[in-house]
Amino acid sequence: MRRNYRLLILLSLLSPVILWLVCFFFLPLISVLIYSFVERGTYGGVEWNFTLENYQRLFDGLYLGILWRSISTALVCTAICLLVGYPFAYYLACYKPKWRNVLLLLVVVPFWINFLIRTYAWILILRTEGLLNSFLALLIPGFQPLELLNTPFAVQIGLVYGYLPFMILPLYAALEQLDLSLIDAAKDLGASPRHAFWHITLPLSLPGILAGSMLVFIPTVGAFLTPDILGGGKVSFIGNVIERQFKTARDYPFGSALSFMLMAIVLAGTILYFRALQGSESAET
Amino acid sequence: MKRLLEINICLVFLFLYIPILVVVMFSFNSGDQIAVWEGFSLNWYAKLFKNPDVWRACKNSLIIAGVATFISTIIGTAAALAIEKYRFRIRTALTRVLYLPLIIPDIVLAIALLTFYVQVKFSRGLTSVILAHVVFNIAYVTIVVRARLEGYDDTIEEAALDLGANRWQTFWRITFPLIAPGIIGGALLAFTLSIDDFVITFFTAGVGSTTLSVYIYSSLKYGITPELNAISTMLLVNSIVFILLFLWFRGRNTQTS
Repeated sequence: MRRNYRLLILLSLLSPVILWLVCFFFLPLISVLIYSFVERGTYGGVEWNFTLENYQRLFDGLYLGILWRSISTALVCTAICLLVGYPFAYYLACYKPKWRNVLLLLVVVPFWINFLIRTYAWILILRTEGLLNSFLALLIPGFQPLELLNTPFAVQIGLVYGYLPFMILPLYAALEQLDLSLIDAAKDLGASPRHAFWHITLPLSLPGILAGSMLVFIPTVGAFLTPDILGGGKVSFIGNVIERQFKTARDYPFGSALSFMLMAIVLAGTILYFRALQGSESAET
Repeated sequence: MKRLLEINICLVFLFLYIPILVVVMFSFNSGDQIAVWEGFSLNWYAKLFKNPDVWRACKNSLIIAGVATFISTIIGTAAALAIEKYRFRIRTALTRVLYLPLIIPDIVLAIALLTFYVQVKFSRGLTSVILAHVVFNIAYVTIVVRARLEGYDDTIEEAALDLGANRWQTFWRITFPLIAPGIIGGALLAFTLSIDDFVITFFTAGVGSTTLSVYIYSSLKYGITPELNAISTMLLVNSIVFILLFLWFRGRNTQTS
């Protein structure tokens, strides 16, 4: 009797979430999978004939180029965030400034502001008659305004701006737990500060580096808004090609195949992350 | 070395905050250039309040976020309670699957829902957007409520049961008040994310269910006016109010546990 009662409670707690995930997550994913294997109809619909053509088209030079741009830009973005974020987190965690919590909060605040607005702000700055060009013109006499908007540079800066907090927070969490006495011990034993950093601090903060890199890489590789707004249609990512298949080209089957490729990349990244994390943990012990 | 690190901190904060300040500053600009300063005025705010499209979009955003938050808070809290208080066979699998909507790119989730709606011939409007928002909101609510339930003391509940309270009374008199800060925190987070969402809404909305985010996107694409600076500033103030509320509840979270 008691066992049945427990089962009843558990079922009533779990059935809504399971039902919702099945109806609005798994069934939709299956519907994309089905769409990716059928033919495109003449008037934007689909013909229910099995085909692999949508996947073959992914290997077209054009799409491989776009794929490469998405991945390489995401990698560069991750590297920049790491290079800027690591010293930032290191300072907060190791020097323990008085305003540490306030500084951390200030890193998170922009993340709460609408992503569209944060991206739009860069239009005001990067436009030909925007603030950056006006500022440079004040500094350098005879300065010719630069075309910054709608370039890969604009997209890159927008992505770093959007995802830098995702790098700083896990790095800080990892560095904050670091046992500072280990570094002192290394120095007492004659290690130079540089040596101590490379052989103690850096390896111990590896879980933070991995977590931050994943949190930046995954949303940037699938980015749609930043390249759309700051790239002005000239700097396409996979996300933008997918959007075009559904909003303008009305080629649902090809758009579905592209989505599956994007999902495969992201899931591969996630699996690599967990592998690397296990590796770094077993190296520690 | 310390100097260099301090300079890095300052540069990061300049990088993070200059764009936001620029938007706020130009929302008070009198001219009709989006980024050339001509003098202080509240013109654009006045225009904004008279624009019926903005009001309609605002109303849609609030309806969608309100209903989606309500549904996802109930479902997410129930899931968190089940995961933290019971041991069952699919527990690990469920916790992983629950967070999947946060890992896959939002454009993939968006088009998956779109193709699904097309296939089952579900008409797109406010309802289709709400159903979609609940998917990602459940995950966020569950994370926040689970955090609250960690380190939760089961003995209080057992005491209540021993003293003759039934399960229902124990839940409403003991468990619920204790986890309420977590539930409110999760709901606030879900509401903010719903209001801010663009990609999922853009693909699952139909004619007449334009939200504020979609309105901002279309004005970005088809003619930027300084009105956009004013909308942005209003949304910014809204976000800040919600962060403060969220932090306040989280503060109470840590104080009481």
